Amino acid sequence: MSDGSTTTAEFVNPLRDPQDRRLPQIAGPCGIVLFGVTGDLARKKLIPAIYDLANRGLLPPGFALVGFARHDFGRQGFARLVKDAAKAGARTAWNESTWKQLYSGFRFVEGSFDDDQAWETLRTTLDDLDAKQGTQGNHAFYLSIPPGLFPVVVSKLKEHKLAEAPGNAWRRVVIEKPFGHDLESARELNAIVGEVFAPEDVFRIDHYLGKETVQNILAFRFANEMFEPIWNSNYVDHVQITMAEDIGIGTRAGYYDGIGAARDVIQNHLLQLLALVAMEEPISFNAASLRIEKQKILANVRAPERLDLHTAFAQYTAGWAGGQEVIGYHDEEGIPADSTTETYAAMRLDIGTRRWAGVPFYLRVGKRLGRRVTEVAVVFKRAPHLPFSSDDVEELGQNALVMRIQPDEGVTLRFGAKVPGTVMEIRDVNMDFAYGGTFVEDSPEAYERLILDVLLGDPPLFPQHQEVELSWQILDPIIQHWSRKKSIDSYEAGTWGPASADKMIARDGRRWRRP
Amino acid sequence: MQVTLEHTSSSQVATALVKARHASGSPAMDMVLTLIVVCDDETVADALKAATILSTEHPARVIGVILGKGTGSPDMHAKIRVGSETSGESILLRMSGRLVKHAESAVMPLLLPDSPVVVWWPGQAPARPAEDAIGALGTRRLTDAEAASQPLRSLRSSARAYAPGDTDLSWTRLTPWRALLAAALDQVRSPVTGALIEAGPGNPVGVLLESWLEDRLGVDVRWTRTETDRIHRVLLETDAGEVCIERGDDDSATFSVPGATARTVPLPTRSLAELLAEDLRRLDPDEIYGATVAHLLEA
Repeated sequence: MSDGSTTTAEFVNPLRDPQDRRLPQIAGPCGIVLFGVTGDLARKKLIPAIYDLANRGLLPPGFALVGFARHDFGRQGFARLVKDAAKAGARTAWNESTWKQLYSGFRFVEGSFDDDQAWETLRTTLDDLDAKQGTQGNHAFYLSIPPGLFPVVVSKLKEHKLAEAPGNAWRRVVIEKPFGHDLESARELNAIVGEVFAPEDVFRIDHYLGKETVQNILAFRFANEMFEPIWNSNYVDHVQITMAEDIGIGTRAGYYDGIGAARDVIQNHLLQLLALVAMEEPISFNAASLRIEKQKILANVRAPERLDLHTAFAQYTAGWAGGQEVIGYHDEEGIPADSTTETYAAMRLDIGTRRWAGVPFYLRVGKRLGRRVTEVAVVFKRAPHLPFSSDDVEELGQNALVMRIQPDEGVTLRFGAKVPGTVMEIRDVNMDFAYGGTFVEDSPEAYERLILDVLLGDPPLFPQHQEVELSWQILDPIIQHWSRKKSIDSYEAGTWGPASADKMIARDGRRWRRP
Repeated sequence: MQVTLEHTSSSQVATALVKARHASGSPAMDMVLTLIVVCDDETVADALKAATILSTEHPARVIGVILGKGTGSPDMHAKIRVGSETSGESILLRMSGRLVKHAESAVMPLLLPDSPVVVWWPGQAPARPAEDAIGALGTRRLTDAEAASQPLRSLRSSARAYAPGDTDLSWTRLTPWRALLAAALDQVRSPVTGALIEAGPGNPVGVLLESWLEDRLGVDVRWTRTETDRIHRVLLETDAGEVCIERGDDDSATFSVPGATARTVPLPTRSLAELLAEDLRRLDPDEIYGATVAHLLEA
């Protein structure tokens, strides 16, 4: 699904050929400037992904990594931090020569974000890299920092002319969720970034879109003949999208409280999944065509009119989860006693298109649920006529097609089959497709794919600002409704959520799958 | 689990496979291809080990075929392994007697339905792989010139017999070099006027590199012989200056292009399993390889 290219019109590399699919698509000469090097995300995900990319030979030979932070650990200390993080988190084996290659491109700039001297140092560092490492003026600024710091960083980038690329080189900026906390703040954030960087140079990371299994949704739907004819309201009864975590909020109290489940994952991951499942076939897999189709769906998604009947939100209380006694949300460190932040959210959404009219999409997310699972279940209508007696089909449910995003990646098809024996008895069975054994562990991690795409300038997997705005338009009324309520439901840790969520879906005559 | 069958037939092997699969609790098949390994007693251990490691990336039914003495009454012994630590399953068939000449008849019933078949000769390959009775079962055929007694002769012979779907592992071994050279030109962006390879005289990987460069760049490639077998250094002359990639130790090289300081880049020596994994990632004919061996014969 890539139409990105590392070469421009005047010179065509004679050693490259579209038919030559053994040659990896290596990013052109470039570097990454990492803000927030000591953060969790940088240490656990970004640095290991960069190391793995280098180890797989996908980074250009002169790749540069510049750290910018207030610490005084210098280039050596920075290298040590990167080395520790890479060793702890990388998926590929440790390779000393990969390390040496990366090491020669390491730089560290010490300073706080309001220190003009440090920004000047950063500028001369990049100039120096262009000269010595051959990065040719191409740099990506990765803002792995709280969004509250974006304004100062982005304006300093502009002030010190770091956002302007010389000649036909590029400067890109990478930002992580949350993309604001409602429509208004998302617009403000976009205005800040958009003032300095052109829209095509802004890469918003939703790491779910980098997952192989999420990309497989597109392959599954549009590369096959047998699913598309039934992928509509004639055959589909409803769709359930679940993202359940077995862990609590852990050490993320500071970030999580006041944000909650809906803002944390529904706004980005779940609505993107919904868009991929529901959208029409794009005319091609380039970024623009995909975006058009996703936007059409998001623009047509409607929150229910009776928010009290068709949404649910709750907090987990102490209980037993997975054989361990765990504390409730209010007892977690750093959570105020009167917090009404939801750790569980469920809602019914409808899509106003001919394909999906009358097919509700039920979304649910939560922490401390029964087990860790993310899946999309398309549940089909019952056969219009069953030539069996009602006893025979007592155990026959609805056909379902489940795309398992994680863990145990794969696809399950659920249908009825005859139980062996003399009587005609029909029962539900599962047919499984699994991405084999360790196959998945060897395949690139989502961040590897996304970082490489940033460097290649290949945008199909990155949500654009308009998708972000549309998502907030869907969620804002729901979250506002919740905030007006005085009390919040609760559910025991280790269960599948509050009774109110079960009641919510039962109102429509349906029930949640146990994933 | 492991099952051994003596004096057996393909249908008994197939029945035992289904049973073994049920017994190990996973009757579902998620294998993506059949890999037939045609080997002898000398190569079988390493080859099957590589194929098993490979199964973790491409879950496969691996069928090892050992062809014994071709005279006497036909006989076949089988060893089946399912589950236990790896995905996929493996069957080792040891054939002897007149069956050796009709080995494909024993293998055919054991191929996975519909999915691609890859045939790999880890040792000496037949002169015309695509016309070989077992080779004809495959959509992809992998030979290994380096494992043959006369590597260059073997490479030229399989080049003459080239059919779409053939590749030699020497070509796979060349990929990291090709990737570095292509990356260098991405950076230099200037036409190439000449090229030089330093490698051992009998190295099939070097010969393929020479042919590929000549074919793609349209320049004469000079060759400097070295003592060591493998490729030691490759030089591209461009209008902007010289590109030079020189092997350092076993897993790295020095990469220099005009306008930037020389630096060390990874150039690992890859295991058999890693080579196979690269080959099986795409199961359609490798057209660039086809063009390269065609050029090899012209030169």
